[in-house]
Amino acid sequence: MALDKKYWTAIKACVFLLSLLPFVLLLKAAIQDQLGANPVEALHHGCGDWALRFLCLGLGLTPYRKITGQSWPIRFRRMMGLFAFFYATLHFLVYVILDLSGSWSAFKDEVPDSPYILMGLLTFFLMIPLAVTSTKAMQKRLAANWRKLHRLVYIIAITALIHFFWLVKADYTQPLVYALIIFVLLGFRMLLFLGKKINKIQSAWASE
Amino acid sequence: MLIKRKANILTSEITDRAVFESRRRFIKAAAAGSAALMLPTLAEAENGIYADVLTGPYSAPLSPTDYEDVTSYTNYYEFSTNKKDSSRLAQALKTRPWSVTVEGEVARPGIYDLEDILKDNPLEERIYRFRCVEAWSMIVPWIGFPLGQMLKRFEPTSNAKFVEFTTIYNPDVMIGQRSGVLEWPYTEGLRIDEAMHPLTIMATGMYDDELPKQNGAPLRLIVPWKYGFKSIKAVVKIRLLENMPDTAWNKSAPREYGFYANVNPEVSHPRWSQKRERVLGSSIFAAKRNTEKFNGYGEQVASLYSGMDLKKYY
Repeated sequence: MALDKKYWTAIKACVFLLSLLPFVLLLKAAIQDQLGANPVEALHHGCGDWALRFLCLGLGLTPYRKITGQSWPIRFRRMMGLFAFFYATLHFLVYVILDLSGSWSAFKDEVPDSPYILMGLLTFFLMIPLAVTSTKAMQKRLAANWRKLHRLVYIIAITALIHFFWLVKADYTQPLVYALIIFVLLGFRMLLFLGKKINKIQSAWASE
Repeated sequence: MLIKRKANILTSEITDRAVFESRRRFIKAAAAGSAALMLPTLAEAENGIYADVLTGPYSAPLSPTDYEDVTSYTNYYEFSTNKKDSSRLAQALKTRPWSVTVEGEVARPGIYDLEDILKDNPLEERIYRFRCVEAWSMIVPWIGFPLGQMLKRFEPTSNAKFVEFTTIYNPDVMIGQRSGVLEWPYTEGLRIDEAMHPLTIMATGMYDDELPKQNGAPLRLIVPWKYGFKSIKAVVKIRLLENMPDTAWNKSAPREYGFYANVNPEVSHPRWSQKRERVLGSSIFAAKRNTEKFNGYGEQVASLYSGMDLKKYY
């Protein structure tokens, strides 16, 4: 797509504002006391859901490019990843500041007893290096290692799913939907990877 | 400690106690200088069909959770696993006419009409804490009667060691029952001494009015010292048994939900802590409340479990 640079800037701004919308709506509902009987849980789950959704969106861009042959989706990959991190950070902060009231004793009481929270913390900490190295400068500085490092997102998608599965009481419908999406998105990459390997072997044989 | 009363009181004392409790509530509210504490009760007293029901013994002088919160945040998997959706979908349930089948180790089994049960068992108000296994809690002014009093009318035999309760099964209306989230119909159980304990009630109303459908209308169990899932909703069958019955959540995840399910901050759920609880309706910045053993009713019920390892019998 041969669009001017200024158009892309405008489109990016729109996508940015749209991605911020769930946050604005949650904040508005919190201020207006419209989060229901358990507002902390509503905020907490709301931010967690959006973190997972942006993670799926970010993971979906590469397969979309490969299938359609269009290159524009990659322009949004960084933004989607950073929004996943933004909502994951809010999810973490709501837990620590509102749910645990910032209390260290509450943290000590509750976190070791909750495997799903440990898995959530692991997921969040794994996201930090990716957010930190998301700038163009870091990308250049890390060169080939940048790609390797950012493959961590595959692990993050899986630990995020485990985090979700472990907190559910009985109805696995929601985490199953996300699991299916992530299975397809990671499976696509796996097939691509295997395809390349097979091609290499075939061409190696052919040249012998 | 919320409740100063010991369990062994004479029935002749109850009326006086009731008057005392309601007076104490009034005085407490007045002393606190808080009109807001009294107003909801007074406002509802003008409208509710159970406005004249007196506060019974064992009721704690607590300020109830907002009605809106109690009626919009309900676990009712027969309709949906989403709390808000279940509150809405439950409106489809027809709660009259209603009857309860009584079976098993009783001299007087039969099908009892709800109206007759309500005629035979004078109603009283019990303001109880309600603690969900999901670590949230609320305070509800239930309208009901002691379960033990009702069971005695069915004349349990000496073989009756347990009581099993069953929720109505009607997948046409209870659309959650079409899914396999739990085994339907939902069943729950109590040991006979737990069932006969004066704190255990069958509720048919709350907040001076009929029980809303999402809160278990027309007749539900309330066992205030146990996690909420024990307090089964929309009961259609009561069986007295010699052996411990299966219970719905125990069948679904035996490691996580035991038969006893007593509120206990010292025994964590395998996947989360039970040390604290989020109080519904509290401010977004409010800290969680420390969960009390037996939900604060230890003085009344701890003796039922003396000598038992509560980590083993969770």
